[in-house]
Amino acid sequence: MSKFPEHIAIEKSHPTAVLDWHEQFGDRTLIIEAKQIVDVMTILRDAFGYNMLVDLTAVDYLPRRPRFEMVYHLMNVDSHTRLRVKVQLEESHPRIATLIPLYPIADWLEREVWDLFGIKFEGHTNMKRLMLYEEFEGHPLRKDYPKTKRQPLIGPQN
Amino acid sequence: MSEVDILSAVTPALPPDEPEFQQKEMLLNVGPAHPAMHGIIRILAKLEGELVVESDVEIGYLHRAFEKSCEESTWNQAIIYTDRLNYVSAAINNIGYCMAVEKLLGIELPPRGQYIRVLMSEISRIGDHLTCVGASAMELGGFTVFLYMIKGREYCWELIEEYCGARVTTAAARVGGMPYDLPEGFLDKCLWVIKEVREILRECDILLTNNRIFVERMENVGVMSAERAIAWGWTGPCLRGSGVAYDVRKDFPYLVYDQLDWEVPVGRRGDNLDRYLVRMEEMEQSCRIIEQCVAKMPGGPINCSDKTVVLPDKKDTYGNIEGLMNHFKLIMYGHGIRVPAGECYFPVEAANGELGFYIVSHPDEHSKDGCNDRAWRVRCRPPCLNMVASLPETINNYMIADIVPTFGSVNMIGGELDR
Repeated sequence: MSKFPEHIAIEKSHPTAVLDWHEQFGDRTLIIEAKQIVDVMTILRDAFGYNMLVDLTAVDYLPRRPRFEMVYHLMNVDSHTRLRVKVQLEESHPRIATLIPLYPIADWLEREVWDLFGIKFEGHTNMKRLMLYEEFEGHPLRKDYPKTKRQPLIGPQN
Repeated sequence: MSEVDILSAVTPALPPDEPEFQQKEMLLNVGPAHPAMHGIIRILAKLEGELVVESDVEIGYLHRAFEKSCEESTWNQAIIYTDRLNYVSAAINNIGYCMAVEKLLGIELPPRGQYIRVLMSEISRIGDHLTCVGASAMELGGFTVFLYMIKGREYCWELIEEYCGARVTTAAARVGGMPYDLPEGFLDKCLWVIKEVREILRECDILLTNNRIFVERMENVGVMSAERAIAWGWTGPCLRGSGVAYDVRKDFPYLVYDQLDWEVPVGRRGDNLDRYLVRMEEMEQSCRIIEQCVAKMPGGPINCSDKTVVLPDKKDTYGNIEGLMNHFKLIMYGHGIRVPAGECYFPVEAANGELGFYIVSHPDEHSKDGCNDRAWRVRCRPPCLNMVASLPETINNYMIADIVPTFGSVNMIGGELDR
């Protein structure tokens, strides 16, 4: 399959950034090296007009290695083109750079991913849980978190 | 003693450098349970007098692990969880989820099924917009509008109830088809409801659009520029209120929306009034879509013909061994719909904006055919999260009373926000 124009442009300045690419059901996907995510996203936003971060989430592929995958859905609102960017992360101390400087909405979406998957975002200044309470232990969307697990709800300390 | 003397005796003399009125900042906690908060959400506002200078939003009170539940149930079982996302227009969630799974399976509905889906989506959309505008108007003192609009919503929900037996928790779609064909006389009732809705819209338009109290509280309040709205990922009526004509139904057409004649209303200033006007016009456009669906409704089957996806007719299930086997194969634990490994993202235009489902099918260790009977990951992209996340930008530097109309125009729905 031929390379996407985005892929060719990224390769010019960052030859090692794109690890793989594929197109499935019409969704174009680039797989990017974790360290270069901010550079790649900057190119995509500024040179290709992907001005909307439609979605940011993660997937846990336990027991596969690398275990986690970050999934970014981008859209160019003017030309209505979409692109999916994925980054694979290792199981131990999964972390990746924040996208808040590029897209303000990344703030909440990254907090949600930290909350439910336990992936840390470097440079995020407010890494609090979004959905659950601070005393919650564990990250429930991880595959090794059992659905039936119960946690005592810790009330406010007066 | 003269009057002047009394005053000077009671009031201590101010030091010359102290201002007469001390301006202290005050923290005000709005919510989590507040009548003007449509769901359960907490806004922490720092006030200077009546002016909001800083704010923080806290969500998650209605979190019920929607995504985890979907991973633990089969493809069709997850549909009931999608009801609870946007519970005001649940049919759109059902349809969005089912279409995402259908994209993974590579199947498409016959025309009648597609038209029924469009019909259900638009009836739900009218109900949702009526709720949003009606509640906003009520919070600004227009209780009559609320009653009129809730009456209209009730007509819409009665239609939905007639189709699937439930007003709110509809489950009005299945993977590969629709649960029921249209009941008798349904299309005529649709036309009657449209007539009533248009009358309600006309009345409420008179009550609100030129109402000085309403307009002055909505105009130039909660302004969001198009550029910032896009950066925050706004979609739906709120983004269109800011002047960006992005509508999933037009720009990424699905079902039969590209065969119907309708328009995308756009605002200019991105304030609350524009978002209100966009919603009002969208209801009219939805009425037009429903009219065309009624006129064009084709005959034929409603489900796709793939027997590995769609349950057989009940007369076959109970009438012959092949139908019974087919039914069992689709229902039994460990069998079910076999979705091949893959991933897809499918957006639909929900009442609040782009409702996207990112679904991953990934074989687990028990799988022998590389397929799975349940999703490995279901990610719902909730449309109202973006608007709620950007609330500090739309309520800061306005009065405390402006939180109410701005928050109303966001149309926050706890079910899809917190999942």
